[in-house]
Amino acid sequence: MKELSLNVLDIAENSVKAGATLVCIHLIDDGNVLMMTVTDDGCGMKEEILRGVIDPFYTTRTTRSVGLGIPLLKLAAEQTGGEVTITSRHVSEYPESHGTEISARFYTKHIDCAPMGDIISTITTLIQGHAEIDFEFLHRSKDFDVHLDTREMRQVLGAEIPLNDPEILTWIAQYLKNLYEKN
Amino acid sequence: MKSLAELAAIREKMKDKIVLREGGESSVRIVVGMATCGIAAGARPVLSAFVEGVEKEGLAGKAIVSQTGCIGICQYEPVVEVMEPGKEKITYVKMTPEKVEKVLKEHIKGGKVVQEYTIAAAKNV
Repeated sequence: MKELSLNVLDIAENSVKAGATLVCIHLIDDGNVLMMTVTDDGCGMKEEILRGVIDPFYTTRTTRSVGLGIPLLKLAAEQTGGEVTITSRHVSEYPESHGTEISARFYTKHIDCAPMGDIISTITTLIQGHAEIDFEFLHRSKDFDVHLDTREMRQVLGAEIPLNDPEILTWIAQYLKNLYEKN
Repeated sequence: MKSLAELAAIREKMKDKIVLREGGESSVRIVVGMATCGIAAGARPVLSAFVEGVEKEGLAGKAIVSQTGCIGICQYEPVVEVMEPGKEKITYVKMTPEKVEKVLKEHIKGGKVVQEYTIAAAKNV
């Protein structure tokens, strides 16, 4: 992946596939460390699957259903000196509080830290493809404090207007761009 | 400064448009593969180009753009499938935003498949 924002897109797509109704994407950058956290309320993973996800060589072919996304995120984080941590609660054991949280730490001053890239496109792409799901996006650094919550958007828009209408998607892109440029 | 309040204005404006859209039937489905393989190969800008291009070319009532997972031909990503009722599915491979423009104009609008971008053409190379 050439941009960290592509890793965000890829990881969030896993949340969608896990049947999440809400996906929270938090990017907190203190100028030295970038913490990327994707949290969902999807079906979660059982412990043996989780082990395989963290190390793609650990287990058998069942990992193929999860794919290369997490190993690529792990690579992107570890090559900066950071790491990835995953916690997951499978629906069979946690019927009321299932879901997955993936956190990646990046040392942004490391020469091998990939650029963030077009994070706005990542958010609009997620909403375009999954208008029925809610996304909460937060991106904070010393230069900006960007926040978007599709639940708040739905409150204003009502139920009849889909969030992936081109006009709404254009508005989201403009709104986010505006927040990044505010300071 | 943009604010969520603007969405209320958009909502009012869009009420008529929605009725219009529900009346028109989208017959063409443009499906972009957005699994890890697609994303890594550049599917995100391809999808954006389709979403923006459909609007720009006035094809909103005719075509809908959607996303799917891995189609199984990762070496050809970004892969885009065009499905039209009664016609054979067309698979475009190694797509770029530039190629999207041509597909929209010639295929979706003009009805003529852009043969050179299809998987059949790629396999013959």
